[in-house]
Amino acid sequence: MRSLLKLVACCAVVAGMVGFVGESVAQNYDVKSPTMDAIKKRGELICGVDTGIPGFAYQDASGKWQGLDIAYCRAIAAALLGNPDKVKYIGTTSKVRFSVLQSGEIDVLIRDSTQTLTRNTELGLAFGGLNFFTGQAFMVKRSLNVAHVKELNGATICVLTGTTLELNIADYGRANNIKINTLLFERPEEAFAAAEAGRCDGYTDDGGSVAAARSAMKSPKDWLILPELISREFLGAYTRQGDDRWTILVRWVHHAMLEAEVLGITQANVDDIKKSATNPEVRGFLGLEENFGKKLGVDNEWAYRIVKAVGNYGENYDKYFGPLELPRGWNELYTKGGLQYPLPWR
Amino acid sequence: MIRQPSRRAKIGQWLLLLAIVAGGWLIVENVSENLARKNLHFGFGFLEQQSHFDIPFHLISWTVFNTYGRALLVSLLNTVLVSALAIVTASLLGLLVGVMRLSVNWLVRNIALCYIEFVRNTPQLVQIIFWYVGVLQALPSPRQSIVFPGGILLNIRGLYIPDAVMNPGLEWLSWLALALVVATPFVWRLRVRGERIGSKALLLPLLAVACFAAGVDQVVYPELKGFNLAGGTQVPPELVALWMGIAIYASAFIAEIVRGSIEAIPKGQHEAALSIGLHSWQRLALVILPQALRIMVPQMTSQYLNIIKSSSLGAAIAYPEVFAIFTGTVLNQANKEIETILIVVAIFVTLNLLTSMMMNWYNRRVALVER
Repeated sequence: MRSLLKLVACCAVVAGMVGFVGESVAQNYDVKSPTMDAIKKRGELICGVDTGIPGFAYQDASGKWQGLDIAYCRAIAAALLGNPDKVKYIGTTSKVRFSVLQSGEIDVLIRDSTQTLTRNTELGLAFGGLNFFTGQAFMVKRSLNVAHVKELNGATICVLTGTTLELNIADYGRANNIKINTLLFERPEEAFAAAEAGRCDGYTDDGGSVAAARSAMKSPKDWLILPELISREFLGAYTRQGDDRWTILVRWVHHAMLEAEVLGITQANVDDIKKSATNPEVRGFLGLEENFGKKLGVDNEWAYRIVKAVGNYGENYDKYFGPLELPRGWNELYTKGGLQYPLPWR
Repeated sequence: MIRQPSRRAKIGQWLLLLAIVAGGWLIVENVSENLARKNLHFGFGFLEQQSHFDIPFHLISWTVFNTYGRALLVSLLNTVLVSALAIVTASLLGLLVGVMRLSVNWLVRNIALCYIEFVRNTPQLVQIIFWYVGVLQALPSPRQSIVFPGGILLNIRGLYIPDAVMNPGLEWLSWLALALVVATPFVWRLRVRGERIGSKALLLPLLAVACFAAGVDQVVYPELKGFNLAGGTQVPPELVALWMGIAIYASAFIAEIVRGSIEAIPKGQHEAALSIGLHSWQRLALVILPQALRIMVPQMTSQYLNIIKSSSLGAAIAYPEVFAIFTGTVLNQANKEIETILIVVAIFVTLNLLTSMMMNWYNRRVALVER
């Protein structure tokens, strides 16, 4: 009887050790991120987005948020929480967006915001991937017979305040020895109205936003987007510095959406591909092999859930910018002459 | 010790003071700790940096090479300009409507009533945007400007007034003209051998016009050039919309103050004025209003302060006043949130305290001196 007890005890100890070792192997991937912990505890991602701009973030007729930036919020929630609907959207103006992020009111800022040196250093912000390559574009009435930005000497342009745009115009004017007058508006509604009425000769913003502005005009066909982009405006997600693992997850959500496009995985075919996948890259991406998800601090099905929830990058671009008639240009995949490329999944 | 009420009160006051100081210290400490955590540094040195942005409407010269400090001055002048215009307009309009409100004529009385109720019961921002988008943006494009006599043009880009270019060397004549105009009200009150100069002083402005005209070398008329009109002085629609929006809104409140103050004058004053044979407007101008003014002034002060604060609504319609420029462009460009907000707060507090001081001085002057 005693020997039996000994045997049981022995077995228990061995089993415990095996279990412990097993657990410590799993703990190699134990990712420590205060932001991720807070989101999981809350059960909801708080995403700072634009207050309303077609293409990037806007509320549709039923009050539901739509847009490329919204798709990213949903993708992050799908990856981390397993449910793309667990997102609370906070509309932020260009003035307050960074303060709201710095103060911790939002977890991530995906608000068509240009990533710049000053914001990366002085403002203490980290970059979570570049989801939109664009530049500052101009839109003018066709009746003005203007074909190039250089011909805008003496013209008045409506612009939103609190952005990098004002500086770009002034610098462009200085460099080309012309004077472009600006009229600074706080909200797009009044700026659009002023452009429509003819108070200004044109409207300027990032390429995507100008296309959105054109779609908001009474007669979009009367407006011409000039071919020149006078600046580089590379838009992307912002996080706070000091929580690297959170920033890394946000960045790889972007690369997951690109990787899906490269691999030809779409929202529609992801389930079929998962069932029959033999390609090791595809199997790794969908979490059938490798531990990519665990390394990031989520489970291995994260990328599958992203594609299932929102689709790949190209699908989202076509869905939100197709109606604005904005060609993909720089935002085409690198394989097709664009600048968008997923980092290697290794 | 705490049984004595006076002691208790003193202890209470000291505790309150202590709590306020501790609270203030906590705020300062918290802010500086948060700034340090974000690697931000507090300071006003950025005011000397080049600004690199354009301010569309400026009373003094402005280029992109100027500093943030100059931007502060430019936008401050814009704030002062629109506030001053709105205060004068609101006072005159308010006085008119307030007196109309007491008219014996049914129609006049009720027009004033409708005006007041309509204006003061709609949001101010809505009114400003109405003036800007609804009224001024309905004007024609620069190519189809409305032409007024004297070469004045009106279109959606604003009101364009011809510029008079002074003959170099004769510029002192324009300063003389200005001095003559400024001197007029003072000369009006002067007495020569016991007799008031009075309306004879109106010769001075005429003389001023003559002086000015003598010094003018050429007149530059606004004309279409490229996208816009060039030459002449432009009054931008943003200024007019903000000015109208603020002045009309405040005039409704001022009208009610005027009405209340007039009604507060004892009936005996009306009757006394009537009995010495004064006309209705004489009764108003010589007897009633001077007395009503005493009651009005303190309430008018708070209306004026409201007007100055409302000027910050200009941000909505692209009027470059200090709030729009500093908490919008400069805050974003210089990344100095706390500093820019502090500057804007300090500016509004200073402007309002100055206005209060002037109004209090005036109040003491018109107040009834009891002997």
